[in-house]
Amino acid sequence: MNLAQSVLNGDRLALARLLSRVENTTPEGLAALDALFPHTGKAHLLGVTGAPGTGKSSLVNQLALHYRKQEKKVAIVAVDPSSPFTGGAVLGDRVRMRDLSGDTGVFIRSMASRGSLGGLAQATAGVVQVFDAAGFDVIIIETVGAGQSEVDIARLAHTTLVVEAPGLGDDIQAIKAGILEIADILVINKADHSGVDATERALKTMLELAHPVRRVFQHHGQAFEVPAHHTIEDNGRLLWIPLIRRTVATEAKGLPELLEAIDLHTAYLRESGDWARREEARLEVEFDLLLREKLVEHFRQQVPDEVVSSLFAETLARRLAPREAIGQLLQRMKS
Amino acid sequence: MTERKIRVLVAKPGLDGHDRGAKVVARALRDAGMEVIYTGLRQTPEMIAEAALQEDVDAVGLSILSGAHMALVPRVVELLKTNGQQDVKVFVGGIIPDEDVPRLKEMGVMEVYGPGASTEKVISDIRSAIPTAG
Repeated sequence: MNLAQSVLNGDRLALARLLSRVENTTPEGLAALDALFPHTGKAHLLGVTGAPGTGKSSLVNQLALHYRKQEKKVAIVAVDPSSPFTGGAVLGDRVRMRDLSGDTGVFIRSMASRGSLGGLAQATAGVVQVFDAAGFDVIIIETVGAGQSEVDIARLAHTTLVVEAPGLGDDIQAIKAGILEIADILVINKADHSGVDATERALKTMLELAHPVRRVFQHHGQAFEVPAHHTIEDNGRLLWIPLIRRTVATEAKGLPELLEAIDLHTAYLRESGDWARREEARLEVEFDLLLREKLVEHFRQQVPDEVVSSLFAETLARRLAPREAIGQLLQRMKS
Repeated sequence: MTERKIRVLVAKPGLDGHDRGAKVVARALRDAGMEVIYTGLRQTPEMIAEAALQEDVDAVGLSILSGAHMALVPRVVELLKTNGQQDVKVFVGGIIPDEDVPRLKEMGVMEVYGPGASTEKVISDIRSAIPTAG
């Protein structure tokens, strides 16, 4: 029996092995992905990102425990950085997820970021598709919020949680990196630490900037308050206003409120048509990427390497602009 | 095709709380370009086998300083086999009396490393035991 079929039948070893093949983009892994594709599109993809030390893994642990109480099958993809020098990695997110051990309704997979950023996003997308096809209801993707790769991965998710903690000075850092804009829900974890009010104030201020539409609310005398409504109408389109929630993940505090916020966002996604729009945008990007990849491959097969390198030499000598060189290459392909 | 990485689970079964050795090995393997999944302290053999399965590792390193290796190691080896991961290499580090080493190897343990063992040896043993990877 092939791997894809075994995964659909609920074989956990086959699932684990297929995840490796997808991560390594082996031909077998890619073929299985194609076979599984019709079975995807059902899971709720939850992105959890934030600076190191904000308590993401503990929070993911708690979220998974709560979803398990609702009898939902949970997959966790925990991404940690690879060493840029040796390519190795120590993946330690499982340390904080030991409560989930022994439950076959939970599957945790650690992933190293490996080489390229784009590659990571692609590999993660593949891994998520496998979990989706395998029948997991909720797939949590945990990443360190440090830059573009997280933004790419967040694009995968239906609902993105950005985790902050008081006293790290993170709020401003996060904003600089553009992490805040991807948040559907802002979680202030470690809310028992001092400085939590200041962190919440800073986040609210930044939300005001990121969502100018909220000025309407100021106009109605609700300035500096999280609006009672988490959505607003803007030119006939329903918009989501990111919610802020406080948690203490290690003591399981604030979790019901956070889960409620996630449910609200899920309802919003369905109601506004955003769920379908996100799926469409995601597939469009994948479609586009693959098209480019395959076109380049096809082109390389048709045009000899010497032609490419001689035109590149012309560019290097500044006799041809890159655009002109590419134009000549394309001419050759047509003829 | 992306380069295939050796994946190793480094685990501490049993009740002793000394994880220095496990961390040194984890770091050394990382520096050798491997992907190390570290599970933390006080893992049961069941938890270790489950993690090995989910992470699809090539090798499992067990650090044991409590003296309970003759109970813990065979259990892990057996569970790996039950899960269909009999090809996963198991190595053991810690305080293991000499007379237990042959018995552990009979159970299918790849190698046993005592205090003072070099991390280079651990790395080269893993590399030669897992030929398909770089």
